Amino acid sequence: MNLTSPERQGKGTVFVRPEICKGCSFCIDFCPTHCLEFTKDFNAKGYHFPILARPADCSGCDLCGLYCPDFAIYGERWKDIDARQAKGPPAATASAPKPIAAPRVQDPEPADPKGVLTGIHFMDGDHAACEGALAAGCRFAAGYPITPSTEVVERFAARIPMVGGVFIQMEDELASSIAVQGAVWGGQKSLSVTSGPGFSLMMEHIGLAAITETPGVWVDVQRGGPSTGLPTLPGQADMMQAKWGSHGDYEIIAIVPNSPQECFDLMVKAFNLSEIYRCPVMFMMDEVVGHMVERVVIPPASEIKVVPRKWTHKPKDEYRAYATSKDDPVPEMTKAGAGYRIHVTGLTHDERGYPAMNAVAQDKLVRRLIGKIRDNADKIMDVREDGVEGAEIVVVSYGITSRIAMSAVEEARKRGVRVGHLRLVVAWPFPAKRMRELAKTAKVFIMPELNMGQMVLEIERAVAGAARVVSLPHAGGSVHEPETILAAILEVGR
Amino acid sequence: MTENTPGTLLRDIDSINPVMPYLRQERIPHIWCPSCGIGTTVNCFTRALTESGMNLDEIAIVSGIGCTGRVAGYLNLDSFHTTHGRAIPFATGLKLANPRLKVVVYSGDGDLTAIGGNHFVHAARRNMDLMVICVNNFTYGMTGGQVAPTTPLGAKQTTMPFGNYEAPFNLPFLADACGASYVARWTVFHVRQLAKAMLEGLKKRGFVFIEALSPCPTLYQRRNKRGDGVDELKFYKQNSVVKNGADTKELGLTFNGPIAVGKFVDRERPTWLDAMNEHLGKVLGAEYLPWEGGNG
Ligand SMILES: Cc1ncc(C[n+]2csc(CCOP(=O)(O)OP(=O)(O)O)c2C)c(N)n1
Ligand code: SF4
Ligand code: SF4
Ligand code: SF4
Ligand SMILES: [Mg+2]
Repeated sequence: MNLTSPERQGKGTVFVRPEICKGCSFCIDFCPTHCLEFTKDFNAKGYHFPILARPADCSGCDLCGLYCPDFAIYGERWKDIDARQAKGPPAATASAPKPIAAPRVQDPEPADPKGVLTGIHFMDGDHAACEGALAAGCRFAAGYPITPSTEVVERFAARIPMVGGVFIQMEDELASSIAVQGAVWGGQKSLSVTSGPGFSLMMEHIGLAAITETPGVWVDVQRGGPSTGLPTLPGQADMMQAKWGSHGDYEIIAIVPNSPQECFDLMVKAFNLSEIYRCPVMFMMDEVVGHMVERVVIPPASEIKVVPRKWTHKPKDEYRAYATSKDDPVPEMTKAGAGYRIHVTGLTHDERGYPAMNAVAQDKLVRRLIGKIRDNADKIMDVREDGVEGAEIVVVSYGITSRIAMSAVEEARKRGVRVGHLRLVVAWPFPAKRMRELAKTAKVFIMPELNMGQMVLEIERAVAGAARVVSLPHAGGSVHEPETILAAILEVGR
Repeated sequence: MTENTPGTLLRDIDSINPVMPYLRQERIPHIWCPSCGIGTTVNCFTRALTESGMNLDEIAIVSGIGCTGRVAGYLNLDSFHTTHGRAIPFATGLKLANPRLKVVVYSGDGDLTAIGGNHFVHAARRNMDLMVICVNNFTYGMTGGQVAPTTPLGAKQTTMPFGNYEAPFNLPFLADACGASYVARWTVFHVRQLAKAMLEGLKKRGFVFIEALSPCPTLYQRRNKRGDGVDELKFYKQNSVVKNGADTKELGLTFNGPIAVGKFVDRERPTWLDAMNEHLGKVLGAEYLPWEGGNG
């Protein structure tokens, strides 16, 4: 029987895929001419499926096709079938992806001068962080006001109209922390900013960014907690939350600036790292660094190195959104509108990005998400050391606390104590290897921090008993007195 | 592609179900239950895409989490399956980053109006240029049939085992009150009207809200002794009243009462992005760089 057969009876006919029919009867009940019936047969899944019982009555109207929730039946008019046959097989519907104008390698490029406020400024850390983001090429920011971080987005809102981009104040931090991810998949670099309770609200979306490998920077200007805590006063008690705050296993990078100048410089670095590793980067400021006004030198755009996105240039049929190789655990990226028709999901997924609900896929994905950071920890590591080689005492600190620690260390040296200082610029991944090396000569590590003992646990873990580890906790609300740190150094140095 | 019916003995190797080019075919059959209405809404959406003549590479679809949330994963468009309730803010960022995209949010009633309710009202208020398709099955399908903000009074759900005593939302009224540019409600019985509304939605600039009433036979209909999906479609057929332009206040739904369907709102308001560009252009003059997505 073929299409020109005299058996053509009605104005149209239907096509059925019995194997995927689930027997719902929508087609049968809502066919306007009642020309379908269930077969007596069952398909492999045990469902009866429709047949065209009264072909003469079928108009080819395709209402059955519109109703069928399983895409198992549709109807067509003979005249349309004939026209289609005359035309030949339909042209391929897929269009070629549009090339994205970007270099093939992720070589750093000079910054776009539009976003760079070259010059010598006096500004606070919040404003400098915003300028760093603009210099890094960030053109989308979303936030929700919260002290002491609001100034970052206030400045972004004031600056972006002249740079070209968008700021939107969302309805809450759940919204802002995912709006930025939408913007990244729309092709932009994006920034989300918060403090305190807002950081807690963002946690679900840190996990989303981790599993979907969405680059971006999340600023947390830390204040005293828990809960509403001390809105206007400093803390460093979100350090563990930055790493562990979302559920499940994943890795992030966390950077801790200790001055407005660093808020600028390290913000550029934060964006660059997020593009290289396609992971969320936490920018862990604190209230003091955020609000202190200092000299900030912004270099010419040509001297600022910006890492572009890892755009794919593969042809559409070769590109798999989450495919990686042994040498390169970070997949190539694309964006909506580029023609690749990607699927991005927070579910565990395979190389195509399609959901894969099993332990094998989970193992493969989670190991890679974690491995791409842990295996590169040495490359990502950034510590600033001062006299640690051969020192018997090493003070380890970060953020605002490091400035106080440094003055205490200098004072102790004046008094003859052999003490070094190590500052964590990248706090996560934690430089465990470096700590172990130092523990060969150092007898004591001292860690002052504005929390009740968070990062100090990492030192303990790293040195594993090879040296004594002393915690100098502080509940936040103010900073350590230099004398407290000095006293601790002198005490262990005796 | 051979789709051969024993009843008709037809063979036409070029023939293809019109929905198929829009699907990630390697993912079919889908996970939805027999006689679930979500797939029917997908047919309507794809017919609307065909009619619209739009470039499919410039349409992105964003879903939250739920049975309806799985739509994103089946459509062969740039598609994003985000977190529960947050499809709208994700879509907001996507749209603003690249305004050339048509961004469609496709999700469930619980996702969009319970956990995501705050985002829904604000996106409508801002007249964010998004088309939101809400498959309202009166329940939380994915998690096993708990009470939703849409569950009619009296209906039984696992977390309302003795019948729901919480007043449900009237979603078109909510969307209208918040400022949506386009508001319609149809059911999966009204496939042609639903497809037409979706087509109008695709063409409309601004916040578009289309509510599609749909059976969840597994967890709503059977538990409430309403039969199967097909019985529910018959109920829709018998009880729907077309009320185009009706006052949205009057569109609340009850367990067994009439269902007002139609297009209720179709108005012009500047979108968020148009408002931004216009306002900043006026205030800042030549200093302002209007945002069209840059090279993003
Ligand atoms: C934060 C969070 N809370 C709860 C859930 C569990 N959850 C998944 S889907 C869903 C409800 C889905 O209902 P609806 O949006 O109406 O979609 P349907 O399944 O009915 O299509 C819930 C509560 C989740 N995934 N995330
Ligand atoms: S094409 Fe129309 S007339 Fe023919 S079986 Fe389908 S619904 Fe009935
Ligand atoms: S509508 Fe589709 S799934 Fe339902 S009986 Fe007909 S062919 Fe089968
Ligand atoms: S549980 Fe309900 S909504 Fe989910 S697939 Fe099944 S019928 Fe559809
Ligand atoms: Mg639902």
